[in-house]
Amino acid sequence: MEEIKVIEIKKSVFADNDKDADLLRQELKQKGTYLLNVMSSPGSGKTTTLIQTINRLKDKLRIAVMEADIDGDVDAVKIKEATGIPSIQLHTGGMCHLDAEMTRQGLDNLAAGEADLVILENVGNLVCPAEFDTGSCRNAMILSVPEGHDKPLKYPLMFSVCDVVVINKMDVLPYFDFDMDKCKEYIRLRNPRARVIPICAKSGEGVDVFAEWLLQEVKQWKQA
Amino acid sequence: MHELGIVFYIIRDVKQAAAENNVEHVSGVVMNIGEVSTIVPQYLTDCWRWAADKEDLLRGSELKIHILPAVTHCGDCGRDYATVKHGRNCPHCNSPNTWLLHGNEVEIKEIEVS
Repeated sequence: MEEIKVIEIKKSVFADNDKDADLLRQELKQKGTYLLNVMSSPGSGKTTTLIQTINRLKDKLRIAVMEADIDGDVDAVKIKEATGIPSIQLHTGGMCHLDAEMTRQGLDNLAAGEADLVILENVGNLVCPAEFDTGSCRNAMILSVPEGHDKPLKYPLMFSVCDVVVINKMDVLPYFDFDMDKCKEYIRLRNPRARVIPICAKSGEGVDVFAEWLLQEVKQWKQA
Repeated sequence: MHELGIVFYIIRDVKQAAAENNVEHVSGVVMNIGEVSTIVPQYLTDCWRWAADKEDLLRGSELKIHILPAVTHCGDCGRDYATVKHGRNCPHCNSPNTWLLHGNEVEIKEIEVS
């Protein structure tokens, strides 16, 4: 019988990425750059929310944006046209998420050393991006009203890794069976610390609250 | 399709372990996969076949999956229970104050060389 030799490994496949991500966070801390990782389903209004937020903060902070998608550059172009700030498009080459190494490459290409705030718009997906730490300082998640208030029950990991949940498209609330109280309760079950901010990115309602949260976050990151 | 991304991570770690142990060909890789890790085992082995056969080190190697049961602990009554059967709320006292003890693992257990 052929002999099989076994080599014990006992190692999480996420261990290396987690280490890379921690290192990246330390480097960002030294540079005084705050990285926000924004995640959501496709079509939740991430890009519109970012444009509204950036336009409220661009006089106070030096901002840059990285758009991650499987293909295309529509989001990076849209951000640049609507806000005038530097933005680059990252292609994940078919992958459903960004990891810390890809994020680092994006930051290098963006020459992000000058920025106070870099916003990473992750691939639209509620499963995979939650598993891979990008090295960001905080994770934000955008949930839009048409998606339903039960999303936190279906995608628990996404909600448990987020520091803030922005609920977008509040203007269409009367047309959907979206229960805001239930939604908040389900988010709290997954993550008692998460802040919930209802907005309408199209009209700009509520975006001030999110922008103020982000501004204070960046200030604290640069001080401490 | 995060299984493909995870397969690339596994390949990277196996290559590293093989180099450290002077291994030229790997015949099998054994994974510990938690029941609620969101990995679909069939997708993982399909992606493995496609990606591993492109590497000399791993050509023809088998990815073997051990499923680890998920166990949740209740913070109120202190008991443990099977996560998949009972879900988020404790079946003993109905408390939602519960957290996962095991079942989220995506771990390379061992590498087989023959």
